[in-house]
Amino acid sequence: MSPTDLAVQQQQARSGAQRVVNDFSIQVATVNGSGSQTANMVLLRSILLMGVPVSGKNMFPSNIAGLPTWYTIRASKRGYIARKKEVDFLVAMNAETAKEDVLTLEPGAAVVYDEPLKLSALRNDLVFYPVPFDTLVKPVCPDAKLRRLVKNMIYPGILAKLLGIDLALMEKALGKQLGKKAKAVVLNAAALKAGFDYAEANFTKQAPYSLEAMNETAGKILIEGNQAAAIGCMMAGVTVVAWYPITPSSSLCESLIGYMKKYRVDKDGKATFAVVQAEDEIASLGMVIGASWAGARAMTATAGPGISLMGEFAGLAYYAETPAVIFDVQRVGPSTGLPTRTAQGDLLQIAFLSHGDTKHLMLIPCSVEECYTMAQDAFELAEQFQTPVFVMMDLDLGMNNWMADGFKYPTAPINRGKLLTKAKLAEIGEWGRYKDVDGDGIAYRTIPGDGLPASFTRGSGHNAKGQYSERPDDYVENMDRLNRKFATARRFVPKPVVQTNPKAKVGFVGYGTSHFAIEESRDQLREETKVETSYFRLRAYPFTDDLAAFVDAHERVYVIEQNRDAQLLQLMKLELTPDRQKKLQSVLHYNGLPIDARSITDEVLAREGFDVAKKTATRMSAGTAGGE
Amino acid sequence: MATPVKMNRIGLEPQIYKGGKTTLCAGCGHNAISERIIDAFYEMGIDPKQVIKLSGIGCSSKSPAYFLGGSHGFNAVHGRMPSVGTGALLANHKLIAIGISGDGDTGAIGIGQFVHLMRRNLPIVYIIEDNGCYGLTKGQFSPTADLGSKLKTGVVNDLPPIDTCALAIELGATFVGRSFSGDKKQLLSLLKAALAHRGTVMLDVISPCVTFNDHEGSTKSYAYAKEHDDPVEDVTFVPYFEDISVDYEPGSTQEVTMHDGSKLYLKKLEEDYDPTDKLIAIRRLHETARRGEFATGLIYIEPDRDDFLTLLNVVDEPLATLPLDRVRPGREALEEIMEGLR
Ligand SMILES: Cc1ncc(C[n+]2csc(CCOP(=O)(O)OP(=O)(O)O)c2C)c(N)n1
Ligand code: SF4
Ligand SMILES: [Mg+2]
Repeated sequence: MSPTDLAVQQQQARSGAQRVVNDFSIQVATVNGSGSQTANMVLLRSILLMGVPVSGKNMFPSNIAGLPTWYTIRASKRGYIARKKEVDFLVAMNAETAKEDVLTLEPGAAVVYDEPLKLSALRNDLVFYPVPFDTLVKPVCPDAKLRRLVKNMIYPGILAKLLGIDLALMEKALGKQLGKKAKAVVLNAAALKAGFDYAEANFTKQAPYSLEAMNETAGKILIEGNQAAAIGCMMAGVTVVAWYPITPSSSLCESLIGYMKKYRVDKDGKATFAVVQAEDEIASLGMVIGASWAGARAMTATAGPGISLMGEFAGLAYYAETPAVIFDVQRVGPSTGLPTRTAQGDLLQIAFLSHGDTKHLMLIPCSVEECYTMAQDAFELAEQFQTPVFVMMDLDLGMNNWMADGFKYPTAPINRGKLLTKAKLAEIGEWGRYKDVDGDGIAYRTIPGDGLPASFTRGSGHNAKGQYSERPDDYVENMDRLNRKFATARRFVPKPVVQTNPKAKVGFVGYGTSHFAIEESRDQLREETKVETSYFRLRAYPFTDDLAAFVDAHERVYVIEQNRDAQLLQLMKLELTPDRQKKLQSVLHYNGLPIDARSITDEVLAREGFDVAKKTATRMSAGTAGGE
Repeated sequence: MATPVKMNRIGLEPQIYKGGKTTLCAGCGHNAISERIIDAFYEMGIDPKQVIKLSGIGCSSKSPAYFLGGSHGFNAVHGRMPSVGTGALLANHKLIAIGISGDGDTGAIGIGQFVHLMRRNLPIVYIIEDNGCYGLTKGQFSPTADLGSKLKTGVVNDLPPIDTCALAIELGATFVGRSFSGDKKQLLSLLKAALAHRGTVMLDVISPCVTFNDHEGSTKSYAYAKEHDDPVEDVTFVPYFEDISVDYEPGSTQEVTMHDGSKLYLKKLEEDYDPTDKLIAIRRLHETARRGEFATGLIYIEPDRDDFLTLLNVVDEPLATLPLDRVRPGREALEEIMEGLR
């Protein structure tokens, strides 16, 4: 039997497939815990080494081993790094999902599969490449126990041949991935070669997809958002870290620990930081508040369930006015929901987290670069405003691999905010912990051990001097000052990035990881239907003043979010006048997968009155909807 | 001739150690404990500027406002003072921390943080002002209420109490004592010794709530506490800075040398008691409780185990105030990290 399906060859010949260069997505379907992550990273990195813009996304189960997992790699000569909705090239290694994975492909897609799965009979509009992985791995890996892992390094070899990746480059990527583990490098390099040789001997190239060297990735790094944020925290001079493990935030603290052990330990072995794995998220935030109160730069990282537990302490910190930096790497729903899938679902929860009147600063990075810079901004703002600052990441950003320019070394010194000094005390005469000396709502604070006047820190019932008070006028004065402080923050949080197109009637408002899909969607709209758009990328809460002006400049404003309840739009409504509110419409995506451009484009076109032939909803695309 | 002003060894007057005027009920045991805390800090000659006072929520947790007015204080949320104290000490390990909690604040909502505080052996003096009820929410039972103890309304507690001392010993606290707010001498000795200890001090101090739990039928009333207090030894504490030699008959008194060189002389009462032996300590707690009494004094001590901050091996200066060049790695570090990611 010929390894490639004859019927398909004929079909391909009929349709005269054009070559598709540096613009496609590969999806690898495996079982988690099978070592496929190394193989995927080798594939990803070798494309990067070819100079072709690339991104990788992991869709994994809440499980340690044995459940299906998908990894998508997207090569894009135009530099698009959002998830691509369509899968162009499938590597089917998982018997459990293979059938459905194949059935949901678009016509013309290619499939490399484990031969015993017998997938080629399922469809006749795809290109199939069956590979006898078990037969190939035996001579490469004499140790039967290791075979299950090494087997997965064969498919990058196959793809290297089919897509046109230089095997030497792939071996270089492998070396980078495995580092000093020499034995493992030899074993896996042999597997790569076995795959490459098999493909060379048995396949003729059928599918149109191929890679060609470009020069778009020189100097680029590949990094996960959590790692990027960790580097930012270290550069911001964090000294106290308290955390409780939770996906998708754990790797933020874990990589921070790794970096700090390397770069923040003195020659005598003593650390310039302390990390505590707390008993829960309540204790994590309690420790952060205690440490910040005593003058340290302190942080924690968590996900939605942890944020819920932190509610009471977040309110205390707001009223007691202690800094705190909290990373929320957002994920879907409760712990038994889709904890390993992405969402932007904690915005509303955090904006008003706690009881009584509370509102919090949020910074919303869209990229790994912004994870790095906003981590630093967060510490500055938390100390400047003496309040909790939440960095709103998400699983897609935190745990996936993103290509970026190397990070820039921070040039500004650290600003510890309004810490009282002897000189300042002499200047202002009498100090009161909550006295608004400068009219910006921010009071001067002292820290234990500094020798300056002390204060007794508590929640809301205090006067400007920091004394216990239940007087109505003291309470109101304090509440109004807190409001002034929040208003001041509008001028200091990261500004939005606004691209105004004078021809555009349509404006997009988006934030966080939706950014890359939005950019691509704007290109699609312009190129496919000549619909011009403007774009307001929100980067912080409270909003800056230019949001209203953006709404005024457009007839319709689509607020694009990765949640069901239009959480940002709700927040915007609180600040915009009714006539402005009427212009807002939601484009929502909430199926657990990162948002993609095509979903946005189709939804917007439909709303704009175009006749969009809706593609059959696939398993992966459910849960995209409009609202409002 | 002017009367010489009374001063302690660091030249501070007793007045400095006082706090705001109490707002607790007249006669509340918590007030008596505040008085002893004032005495202990004064007599130990500790600079209030180096002290932090922490508490949760409750009548008891209000009391840090009533001692050491010149120290920073943090009135946290209900049951979560341990985490705030831990954070503060991580930031600055030179601070001297005293935490005040209640039996509800510790035994109910805060039991989780209490457990982990004890485990970590954080250097803090943690005091439970134990009245067997929730004072601030008007007299409900707390988890330290004894089996059969009665509320004013006649409701009888039918759940066994949590013995916070036994728990603390089991979990790893290195200085565990119990006392009674009405026993000035014992409480003061224990507090002073506590301040000389490096590690977690857990003191459970029976502190009657005169408003809600001081009646007949309550096992946390003044009368009951006075009658059922069963000291395990007679405690004499001699701080390192006092040159006093104590004469004692070998065999009748146990001498313990503390971390800072201070000495504890524990005069044995009716039986041989060894507070450095965990099993003896826990057995004694249980035996006394079985008789309907409560053991007081220094129940357990482990004078030289490494505390949490030592284990973390941080630099000698407080982390909070390290200058920029100590906390931001150089350009080469960032470049090295970036190169590794290319
Ligand atoms: C989260 C939360 N739940 C409930 C309360 C109400 N509350 C205040 S004090 C208290 C009990 C205090 O009892 P205890 O710690 O024994 O202190 P005491 O007043 O007896 O000294 C309770 C339940 C609260 N403040 N916070
Ligand atoms: S209610 Fe009880 S515990 Fe509270 S202050 Fe009064 S006597 Fe003390
Ligand atoms: Mg109580």
